[in-house]
Amino acid sequence: MDRYPPIPGTTVFDGQQARKGYALNRMCFSFNEAANREAFRADEAGYMQRYGLNEEQARAIRGRDVPGLLAAGGNVYYLAKFAGILGLDVQDLGAAQTGMSKDDFKAMLVRANEQPDTLPT
Amino acid sequence: MARILGGLATSHVPAIGGAIAKGLQQQPYWKPFFDGYGPVQQWLAEVKPDVAVVFYNDHGLNFFLDKMPTFAVGAAPEYRNADEGWGIPTLPPFRGELDLSWHLIEHLVAREFDITTCQEMLVDHAVTLPLKLFWPEGDCPVAIVPVCINTVQYPLPSARRCYALGQAVGEAIRSWDSDRRVVVIGTGGLSHQLDGERAGFINKPFDLKFMDSMLDDPAWATQFSIHELVEKTGTQGVELLMWLAARGAVSGPVRKVHSNYHIPISNTAAGLMAMEAVA
Repeated sequence: MDRYPPIPGTTVFDGQQARKGYALNRMCFSFNEAANREAFRADEAGYMQRYGLNEEQARAIRGRDVPGLLAAGGNVYYLAKFAGILGLDVQDLGAAQTGMSKDDFKAMLVRANEQPDTLPT
Repeated sequence: MARILGGLATSHVPAIGGAIAKGLQQQPYWKPFFDGYGPVQQWLAEVKPDVAVVFYNDHGLNFFLDKMPTFAVGAAPEYRNADEGWGIPTLPPFRGELDLSWHLIEHLVAREFDITTCQEMLVDHAVTLPLKLFWPEGDCPVAIVPVCINTVQYPLPSARRCYALGQAVGEAIRSWDSDRRVVVIGTGGLSHQLDGERAGFINKPFDLKFMDSMLDDPAWATQFSIHELVEKTGTQGVELLMWLAARGAVSGPVRKVHSNYHIPISNTAAGLMAMEAVA
């Protein structure tokens, strides 16, 4: 489905991704409940099996591999709940995906202030 | 008939919930953000709204990919907050305004908006944190009607469609047989991206232009497709659709009460605007 021109470093969560990532996202959605977070921690492999994750998805979960999770159809709104289990925040995720240290990633965000105030005309 | 006092728009970021819970408002990292809300709180104390219609996007608390409505309108007597899985303390339930909910629903369907009606609806940080930022002390004094716009699963509704939804919501509020005083709130954005190699993307000049346009040229952003908005503001920056809907509901000319723009809060360019409707 190449209906959209590519945006570098960006995967649009379209129907194709939604189909591919359904089991993974469904598992992450379940992490809204503390009991499910506990059950996952107690038996990661069994929990993933219960939600029917495929090997690509299970491998990315095992490896805490954020780009791999996105490639496997993960949606960031749900993946963030998995990151929460690991005690990671969105700046940790940002650092992991851009290959920066967290401090460098935070410094990059602050540097966004140096942009001009007005759009080029 | 009910009266629209004005529109409020603000970013919503989960980390704000943690900062409020820990009382970090005056810490150097948070101060420039939280200080922005003072003048808006003051304005709200003066104009005393009874009801808030809140345009927001759900982050996987009430809706999952099994059923993903494009537009959903709350029709619940109360809206409960719940665990979102990343450790923000939950807030007490918010009162609904059922008469306005059903009036809105009937008006929107008559205007050919195909909405989902929700007699039960959990509300996440996108609803709860802005209300807490606007009314930090005690219980929330306004009853609410949440209107959820899908920003999770593509295709998303266009900016033009969201603006038109807002306009129809505004018509409905103004035709509501009630003496209530209403504010319209849009929560989300501004530019930010959480996912992919472009994570951390922020577009300050676009955000500032968008905020300006809210005052004098509210339909400005409707010239862009969703894909163009994602390109310009990031995958989650597209939440500016909520601002657009809120501005559409206020419709006519506005006076700027206050605005604030601060980079960054978490990964987000945080924007705030309060606009008073000029009768």
